[in-house]
Amino acid sequence: MPDAPAPEVAPEEPPSTAGAAVPTEDDLKAMEDMLDSDSDDEFTSSMPQKEEEEKEAPAPARFTDPDVMRAFYARLFPYRHLFQWLNHSPVPSDDFAHREFAFTLPNDIYVRYQSFPTADLFRKQCISMIPSRFEIGPVYSSNPRDRKTLRKASLFRPVSKELVFDIDLTDYDPIRTCCTGANICPKCWTWMTNAIRVLDAALRDDFGFRHVLWVYSGRRGVHAWVCDARARCLDDTRRKAIAGALELLRGGEKKLTLKRPLHPHLERSLRLLREPFSTDILLGQDPWADDTRAASLLDALPDAGLREALRKKWAAAPGRSSASKWADIDAVAKTGGSSTLDTGALLEAKLGIILEYTYPRLDAEVSKKLNHLLKSPFVVHPGTGRVCVPIDPRRVEEFDPFGVPTVTGLLNEIEAWDAECGQEEKEGEKRVQDWEKTSLKPYVEYFRGFIAGLLKDEKRPREEGEGMATDF
Amino acid sequence: MLRSEHSRIDPKRRTVLDPKKRQFAQPLYKDQEYNFRLNLYTVPPTAEITLEEFEEWAIARLKILSELETCAFRNRNGEETLAYMTPLLDKNLPLHANRTNSSELQAERKKDHYSHFILRLAFSSTEDLRRRFSRLETALFRLRWRTDNVVERQEFTNSLDFNWEMVDDKEKVEMADELRVMTELAGRKAEDGWFKVEWERVPELVEQRKVLIKRGVAYVPVREQMSLVVTEFTKRLDIALEQTARALPRLDEDDRLSPILAHLSQSFTAPDATYDTSSTPSSLHPTANNIDQLAGHFPLCMSNLHTTLRQTGHLKHFGRLQYTLFLKGMGLSLEDCIAFWRRSFRGMTDDKFNKEYKYNIRHAYGEVGGDANRRGRGYSPYSCQKLLTEALPSVGQTHGCPYRSFTADNLVALLQNTGVRDGEVLNGVREDLARQRYHVACNRIFEHTHKKEIKRVKDDGLWGPAELDTILHPNTYFKRSFMLKHLDAEKEAAKAEG
Ligand SMILES: [Zn+2]
Repeated sequence: MPDAPAPEVAPEEPPSTAGAAVPTEDDLKAMEDMLDSDSDDEFTSSMPQKEEEEKEAPAPARFTDPDVMRAFYARLFPYRHLFQWLNHSPVPSDDFAHREFAFTLPNDIYVRYQSFPTADLFRKQCISMIPSRFEIGPVYSSNPRDRKTLRKASLFRPVSKELVFDIDLTDYDPIRTCCTGANICPKCWTWMTNAIRVLDAALRDDFGFRHVLWVYSGRRGVHAWVCDARARCLDDTRRKAIAGALELLRGGEKKLTLKRPLHPHLERSLRLLREPFSTDILLGQDPWADDTRAASLLDALPDAGLREALRKKWAAAPGRSSASKWADIDAVAKTGGSSTLDTGALLEAKLGIILEYTYPRLDAEVSKKLNHLLKSPFVVHPGTGRVCVPIDPRRVEEFDPFGVPTVTGLLNEIEAWDAECGQEEKEGEKRVQDWEKTSLKPYVEYFRGFIAGLLKDEKRPREEGEGMATDF
Repeated sequence: MLRSEHSRIDPKRRTVLDPKKRQFAQPLYKDQEYNFRLNLYTVPPTAEITLEEFEEWAIARLKILSELETCAFRNRNGEETLAYMTPLLDKNLPLHANRTNSSELQAERKKDHYSHFILRLAFSSTEDLRRRFSRLETALFRLRWRTDNVVERQEFTNSLDFNWEMVDDKEKVEMADELRVMTELAGRKAEDGWFKVEWERVPELVEQRKVLIKRGVAYVPVREQMSLVVTEFTKRLDIALEQTARALPRLDEDDRLSPILAHLSQSFTAPDATYDTSSTPSSLHPTANNIDQLAGHFPLCMSNLHTTLRQTGHLKHFGRLQYTLFLKGMGLSLEDCIAFWRRSFRGMTDDKFNKEYKYNIRHAYGEVGGDANRRGRGYSPYSCQKLLTEALPSVGQTHGCPYRSFTADNLVALLQNTGVRDGEVLNGVREDLARQRYHVACNRIFEHTHKKEIKRVKDDGLWGPAELDTILHPNTYFKRSFMLKHLDAEKEAAKAEG
């Protein structure tokens, strides 16, 4: 931090926000925080373990260029919307002011317990510190910046946060054939599309949530923020319960053991996933093309006779496609390759295989803790330069991760717009915001619509919530 | 109930209860009727009891809760816990069913009711105490639920105002398919009926996908009532404990109660597994010179301190205290202990050592300090429970239990450094950590690193089960490890003595 260049004020800035050039009180506090030796063992974040993987594929310098990032924070980041989203009311409230933000600075220093009374102060700190990314934590019972001055440690505790989910394509590596690690392609992205469909349905239809914000994580995954008041006040026990109910391959389990009849949630998921299994998996991934992989399919099937018959058949036809192999299972079972075959067990095994290859793989630990931090929407992914934009679950199939704007692209778009349409403000006309000049516009507008829906519901559940509390 | 009703009465009404006025007032309170054996403790006691009853009843309940904690600590399952607790409950806190028509019914239930509220007062002061109290009271409630007469339990459940909405016939028809799936999934032919509750009230059932959830409402079979009632019990108790904690400062006015309450909460804070320092293995002769060799028998909490001490030539305060007491527990003499520390603090002047460190070591040994400390021969070596319930160490500190304070990855790396490479064992440790069963992880490592010797003492009938019971004290770990690795020497010594 001491080496960070003094922030400049872009000439296009509206005067009201100019003048963040000198380090503020907040900066100084942040520096103190960096040096402080608090034990954060109890707190968890998605960030550190992923950090290492990011380093495998070094980012092109231009995305992390401080000038590029400063311009992004000065001109593009939708602070006002972020504020409204987290504040739940037009008037600044503790929901925003007591919310923890954690900044990752360009030199990889991680600064926790940042908080801001207003969107404007938040903006000033972003422009002066130019974090490579920042995460959002819980709302605390008192201002995170005051946590050390409180007389009793118990006065500082997390009280609410969105229920969050994290799905990452690396968790599909054991069954992914098209790419590995940080790489993705349209073929494997379908897993994310299907994951959003399945989880969105469960969160809405089963748990009754109405405000689920899906966000592209900038490279190979998606995040969900369930923003309903009822979700925000869940304690760890109940977060763990939801995560457990939605998680299928628990804690690195290899095989699924399904009981029939399927729980209605699994039955619905299966309905949504059967078709993608045929197209995205059998055709797209061709997961059992070679012998070793085909052996893992055989392992998942019951009955030695059936397995042996299939092994012979496939050995005689090298290069047989996964779709054909899948069809062979029933065909061989019907023609009576085995006298001991339990058709019920075979059906269960097949359903298990379908779900194993299609069902969302959650990083469930992220969801279980009220105080887990998660990367904010609309920050720039330092490895790809792409903005973490929201995804509309109603049009999830239209979302293309490769079409997501990059920070450098967006800055070029502003320049192009300014060159074409001029920068002078005409009298009586509303000033065009920089994000409106770019392909970020539809995403910010979607976010705005999402927030409007959330704020509309915000009064009602609050009142209900209070009624519930007095029951006891 | 004495004056503990302060905790629930608003200040305006309280003035009415001024003791001076009270003796002239009409008696406001009378004994309550207890219709059921089970109690959710939502209504505070209202009758007066004597100071002796106050203390005696509280101690009886405390005994039960401490024993329950021990059961959890020793990983006893439901059946084992029930078998172990039944005679203790009969003796200390009996509760008979209505159908027994016992003449003691009301008196037993009153004692149960009052003792619960007294302990609430004693254990609401800190977050840690509240959590433990709530956990143990929930365990006790669960135990009693299981042993309650089925008919009486149903009557009790029906008496609760839980706003459970029964699924009516019309809805049962509408939901027939899904409800049938849930019935079959539970391996049953039919259910007696269904409740509707907010899913948040049945988190365990939700997590295990044992209930149907629709738009935030869980459809729960009536037979799952225990889960609901238990969750509700815990929830109400947690809220009540918070309220009691806030009301607590006002209670200090009553100087008859404060010492009793303070004493109760202290005896709850440290029901430690103690270590008997008088019995050391006969072939063990710890001196300032052989700690490095003996460190091979240390549990991770102590070997971590020892390694840090050797690497940095220093340990922070709590680490020094924990380690000194452990050495004392091993039987290291005060002189040797001082010599050990003197040599371990490389690069420190004698003057500084004598001024700032020596006193603390002598204090830990009970050589200096107040009368009480000297009489008690200083502090006791820390038990696992103590290490597991203290505040976590902060950056740069190395005391406490590493199984608890390290991340799983770092802990596994540390174990690998000590030579544990068995993947299955390490995975077991990870699972233990995920379930916060730190002492189980430590015992798992012990059993792995002493596999051969444990097999031998079992096969040869040298040691009984009590000598191989779960380790709950770092000094027990050391002693058992030392003895297992010196089986022949110990045998010789025994022969020589015998
Ligand atoms: Zn791919």
